[in-house]
Amino acid sequence: MASSTAGAHDHPIGLRRFLFSTNHKDIGTLYLILAVIGGLVGMLMSVAIRAELMHPGISVFPGLAQMLYGADPSMATDAGKNLYNVFITAHGLLMIFFMVMPAMMGGFANWFVPIMIGAPDMAFPRLNNISFWFLAVALILLVMSMFVEGAPGMMGFGGGWVFYPPLSSNIGHPGPAMDFIILSLHLAGASSILGSINFITTIFNMRAPGMTLHKMPLFAWAMLVTAFLLVLTLPVLAGAITMLLTDRNFGTMFYDPAGGGDPLLFQHLFWFFGHPEVYVLILPAFGLISHIVSTFSKKPVFGYLGMAYAMVCIGFLGCIVWAHHMYTVGLSLNAQRYFVFATMVIAVPTGIKIFSWIATMWGGSISFRAPMIWAIGFIFVFTMGGVTGVVLANASVDRQLHETYYVVAHFHYTMSLAAVFGVFAGFYYWFPKMTGYLYNETLSKLHFLFLFVGVNLTFFPQHFLGLAGMPRRYIDYPDAFASWNYLSSLGAFIGAFSMVVFFYTVIEAFMKKRYAGYNPWGSGATTLEWTLPSPPPFHQFETLPRITGAEHQ
Amino acid sequence: MRGLPPSSNKQSQIALALLFGSVCMLILSFASVPLYRAFCAATGFGGTPQKSQALAKITPGARVLTVRFDANVSKDLQWRFEPELSKISLRTGETTTVYFKVTNLTDKQTSGQAAYNVSPDLAGAYFVKIACFCFEEKRLAPNEGAEWPVVFYLDPALESEEGMEGVKEITLSYSFFATKAPAKSKTSDVKAEKEKS
Repeated sequence: MASSTAGAHDHPIGLRRFLFSTNHKDIGTLYLILAVIGGLVGMLMSVAIRAELMHPGISVFPGLAQMLYGADPSMATDAGKNLYNVFITAHGLLMIFFMVMPAMMGGFANWFVPIMIGAPDMAFPRLNNISFWFLAVALILLVMSMFVEGAPGMMGFGGGWVFYPPLSSNIGHPGPAMDFIILSLHLAGASSILGSINFITTIFNMRAPGMTLHKMPLFAWAMLVTAFLLVLTLPVLAGAITMLLTDRNFGTMFYDPAGGGDPLLFQHLFWFFGHPEVYVLILPAFGLISHIVSTFSKKPVFGYLGMAYAMVCIGFLGCIVWAHHMYTVGLSLNAQRYFVFATMVIAVPTGIKIFSWIATMWGGSISFRAPMIWAIGFIFVFTMGGVTGVVLANASVDRQLHETYYVVAHFHYTMSLAAVFGVFAGFYYWFPKMTGYLYNETLSKLHFLFLFVGVNLTFFPQHFLGLAGMPRRYIDYPDAFASWNYLSSLGAFIGAFSMVVFFYTVIEAFMKKRYAGYNPWGSGATTLEWTLPSPPPFHQFETLPRITGAEHQ
Repeated sequence: MRGLPPSSNKQSQIALALLFGSVCMLILSFASVPLYRAFCAATGFGGTPQKSQALAKITPGARVLTVRFDANVSKDLQWRFEPELSKISLRTGETTTVYFKVTNLTDKQTSGQAAYNVSPDLAGAYFVKIACFCFEEKRLAPNEGAEWPVVFYLDPALESEEGMEGVKEITLSYSFFATKAPAKSKTSDVKAEKEKS
């Protein structure tokens, strides 16, 4: 236990402090740095993709292939097409496993779940350390996969982040690129499972005296549900990709009909993990948005228990709707009816959350500080993504929209906009606590403005493209789709420019060194982290806080 | 627990329980293969025909349906494979035998295994096979030809199935696959060579 030996600990510095760290705040910082790296690479890839799609025809990727792989100019077009597929695959994997998850689960949750529940550290500090380094190695493996052979004569795996066989089996990608991705995901999965076990144990066992589960802050509730989702569904992904690995290398036939296997088995197993995974990405944001809205409305969260159990409900429902990604594979009509209904039911607890956020703001003394702007932006874009989600939940409509840009627009509204706005909202909310410095809020609002305009301009026209029938995952498209694609690409460039503002904001904050004090947000910020100095001491809560009322929700 | 320092004993219990949960899900993902197969065999889900060992006494039903036969061979297997008749008319409850003609086009001994299914999916539960060449692996000597029987009947219970009301045709489909996967490693090539000589 960190608390029992606190004080006896020396304070390691430099490489030892971070490489061997068992301190939840240092590990959280490492995760945040990893998330910035992953996010930056993933974003540059998306800029390349949008640059390619700006005009009909193939213009950008053949050159990129020559640059990255030294592809022969006569072969550059084919190498470019392959590279495009490799980029969309890597973009998806990077953003999910190496940006949102490390930022939310690794970064914010490691930093603030122990503090919010009044614990001195995580339950298993060394496990926490290995979780991080597994993920770092997983990132290296993922990057390496781009530089080994995948499809015959081509570099990298270009079958999309869902890697359905037979495209991901020996028929489609006989080279080792797919094996690298499988091993990378094994490690990332092990990292997340260990991290989740750590979070659940911490939350169940290490809450401060008087902090019952029903007085626990909503961010901790969100992490509890998220961790349970990961513990139960990631092993299924591990199983699915292990079968793929043995199919590829050891002659098993799990996904090969010639040996009695079934490629659809992969899709079922994958989406049994994949659908809960999207809630893994968004639930932590639900938690921290509640805190931000409450802080800047100077009111307690409206319907605290409803908010907590809505997340539990979303987590449970998220596990039983996976086949709505597979309406077109020939499910029986009754199976489709069930999955349509179950999927639509998710709109109920999600609606409870959105209306509760609005009710928290209603009648509150709202101050539009930077994190609040990001939180309101989150609520807006998440609602947009949710509405198109209800549209896509219909099996009949999905026949038309399956694998079109409508789906791309939908999941980017929930992920690229909502989850990312959640990450930035949390970042700007807790930046003063983590670093001890205030940032320039005008710059943060400018960052918001560019990102909000940029991503909406990117993804809103994609609804129209999808409804008009433009399929996803292609490097080129007919001229008829040109104008909306042009606008969409402009939006992507504006969104990418906002990252410059982001980095400037952070650098400026570190250079100006405006001290934040205990609580820069005023009386609305009631959770325990605001009772500590900024940045918090290396070991906090040497005497555990005693919680009596509901004041630290 | 409240008010006391957290016990590391309870901590490891929680962690072990969670680890157990994860391992169970991992096992379940592999177990889903035999479980789903057993579920389909039991219920006829997804157009899985039923198997019956003995010739039970069946009361003939009233409806007459067309049964079509579809035969496919994987490109890895050099066989010609076709049904004797492309379709027959059959009263429910009536047991019938149809033959499939098969020829090995190579001068090597080859073996194959048929995968099978009926369409529409709902018919699977009422399509009962008593004997079929598809129940086991089949071997053909060089250039050998053969006629293989399938013995089956349509369960009269299908007449009371709502979803089968408008169905006039049922298709029984076979796909033959080579039993040995096309040699991936060099060792299996060597084995094949040895078998040949």
